[in-house]
Amino acid sequence: MELRKNYFADVRKDGLHEIGQPRPRLDSPGHVTGRTTYFADRNFPGMLHLKMVRSPHHHARIRSIDTSEAEKHPGVVKVLTARDVPHNVYTILILIQIGPEDETVLADGKVRWKGEAVVAVLAETERAAQEAAAKVKVDYEVLPAVFDMEEALKPGAPLVNEYHGQNYYLYDSGECRKVRFGDVEAGFAQADHILEQSYQSSPIEHAPTETTGCVVTPEGNDRFTCYTNTQAMFFTLDNTSIILQMPGSKLHFVGGTVGGGFGGKVDVIVEPIAILGAKLTGRPVCFIYSREEEMQISSPRAAEKIVVKDGVMKDGRIVARKVTGYTDAGAYSRHSPYGAQKGAAHYPGPYTIPNVWIDTYCVYTNRTPSSAMRGFGVTIGDFALEVQMDKLARLIGLDPLEFRFINAYRDGDTKAHRQPTEGAALIECMQEASRAANWPVAEKYMAMSSYRKGA
Amino acid sequence: MAIRRGRGVAAINYPTGMNLGGDPTQALVHSTPTGNFMVTLSSVDLGQGMKQIMAQICAETIGVPTDRVVIDTADTDTGPHCMGTFASRGTHRAGNAVIQAAKEARQVMLEVAAEELEVNASDLETDGQGNILVKGAPQKSISIFDVALSAHFKRGRSISGRGMFLIPRSYPEKETGAMKPSTCYAHACTVAEVEVDDETGEVTVLTVKNVFEIGRALNPKMVEQQLVGGSWMGISHALYETTEPYYPSRDHGGTDFNQYLMPGPGDLAETEIIVLERPSADGPFGAKGPGEMCANPQIPAIANAVFDAVGVRIDTLPITPERILRALKAQAAS
Repeated sequence: MELRKNYFADVRKDGLHEIGQPRPRLDSPGHVTGRTTYFADRNFPGMLHLKMVRSPHHHARIRSIDTSEAEKHPGVVKVLTARDVPHNVYTILILIQIGPEDETVLADGKVRWKGEAVVAVLAETERAAQEAAAKVKVDYEVLPAVFDMEEALKPGAPLVNEYHGQNYYLYDSGECRKVRFGDVEAGFAQADHILEQSYQSSPIEHAPTETTGCVVTPEGNDRFTCYTNTQAMFFTLDNTSIILQMPGSKLHFVGGTVGGGFGGKVDVIVEPIAILGAKLTGRPVCFIYSREEEMQISSPRAAEKIVVKDGVMKDGRIVARKVTGYTDAGAYSRHSPYGAQKGAAHYPGPYTIPNVWIDTYCVYTNRTPSSAMRGFGVTIGDFALEVQMDKLARLIGLDPLEFRFINAYRDGDTKAHRQPTEGAALIECMQEASRAANWPVAEKYMAMSSYRKGA
Repeated sequence: MAIRRGRGVAAINYPTGMNLGGDPTQALVHSTPTGNFMVTLSSVDLGQGMKQIMAQICAETIGVPTDRVVIDTADTDTGPHCMGTFASRGTHRAGNAVIQAAKEARQVMLEVAAEELEVNASDLETDGQGNILVKGAPQKSISIFDVALSAHFKRGRSISGRGMFLIPRSYPEKETGAMKPSTCYAHACTVAEVEVDDETGEVTVLTVKNVFEIGRALNPKMVEQQLVGGSWMGISHALYETTEPYYPSRDHGGTDFNQYLMPGPGDLAETEIIVLERPSADGPFGAKGPGEMCANPQIPAIANAVFDAVGVRIDTLPITPERILRALKAQAAS
């Protein structure tokens, strides 16, 4: 890595004692010698293992659940169903008033995706819990499912989630988060060329080295300590408090050393049910995802479909941009309504465009619920926007790098969500890339600056 | 049939924070009797190095070496509130909270030192090595160790401070979408060079040259580690990864690392990382959040390089050999 100190030297104070020093990480010796304690290294006498019975169907009504054989299985201590969960229907972002509550801790009456948790089995050993889980009999009436966002939005599509009433998240602005800036139709009317293209992604996995999980122990004073690898301690504590209808003072979460998260450990899935298990049995409980569960059950990055329509002038100026984004939330909200509107604020990217029109939809399908992941709401948008930029440049016969200089935002420019640009540095990044990659651009672009003054 | 070479560029920005929910983080700092400093947080270290960065931020602010700082984090019984480790917010939000707490603790430390040295606290400075000196008369000094002993055993003072950083919640305006969902922006520009085998559709990423602008590199080695890892993740996202190869069909999803494709050591591109620093007005020592941004520009840069190499656009991720071959076939047919 090279630090290029010649850029922005006039606005930066160098020469600090500790900041800017490449000190070795204080926890790395423990990590590389295997001595660091992760949550799963904690073992308590009498600890039970929790395994889930999961839906084999994408969408089905539950006619009945028979746990009698599982309860008789040697080693089984407790079997939990929806009836045992005090506040079974929840949603994580209800903490910031993003509702409605739309997801069940344990399925009640219906399953909406393949892999949804239906029954929790607590047993003396992992193997006994697994064997007993296989003995739970669930009678399903399979329902029509919808997996494609466009299909889900059509009238008459199977309704994925009754708590929403339609297959999209209802924002205060309506069926999508809108951004309106300038007059996009006037921009298209003025443009020399118009290009409309669609981009699509599929879900991807966070692939942390350490799978999601927690270990819970009752403390004997009516409190529960939960060792967890959550990415957000108080998100987890507060949601658990709601789900279990238990004062937060009874809950103690310990974490902070996590073997990779990338957004996959922001969901509150394992802790509430494990704490409930500990409460109802009076014993420590361990609930850790297998690698298969991590890959099949934990929330992936949402699949997205993005339609970008641009109006561009022969000289390279983009004069209008219309973006319609669709985020596949899967069966439940989790963090997806937030991601979709974060995307709306991100468009039209780091470019100054006078006329912008954006709609972003959070769509429900019978797929694995998606949620936060590194680059949440932005990564796929950047893919779409930057491939579109390449196409636009070639359409009007400009060098792709020079085309970006023409449109790059600078200090003081107003973005589509009506925030003034501060601290811009896109131009300088491109100037340095031009040098490093030996991709020359015209001298006038190398003389540009993100500072408005003198540019 | 040939191996064809192409290159592509992409430029991006990335927001720090999650203001659409209100974005608070708090920190507490106190000294032990021996003059070490304890930072108490609820922020989570995901392996990215949060603890080390908070230790350096606290050390710089108080004026001691980093190894005099201990981080106690992510215990809800002891730590004040943190929104969480996501949205590229960890260093930025928690860092600001630690600075505020450390400044308050430093002020108490200087007041105790001033009483010991019989000067005004405003006449004192730290040497970064564990000592407090009188400005202009460095021979008149006291160690932070002795200041802590004095505070605890003689003067009954607590060398401690409270830090709060809150970005108030932004509510998007319904009709225009006017909102402030984040604070500062990090920037990047990547140029990728690829080879595409037009017979097999296989893509080899030869080089990625990444320029990242991240406000300040608080610890350049750790910045490098995060940016190199992120760059790998971007390549992986562009060419390999999917939980649903036939999305929206749910079948064929991987269940382990044998089935879920990611680039191995033999697939690594030659990776060049260049860092620019334009300090953000509200960042701790100017830092912005590079954590998520660093995995994004490689994806479109590679897509554009594939087009440059073989003249087909793959607008669906991941850019698999199958998709390239189908597009080449369609191109040849038309």
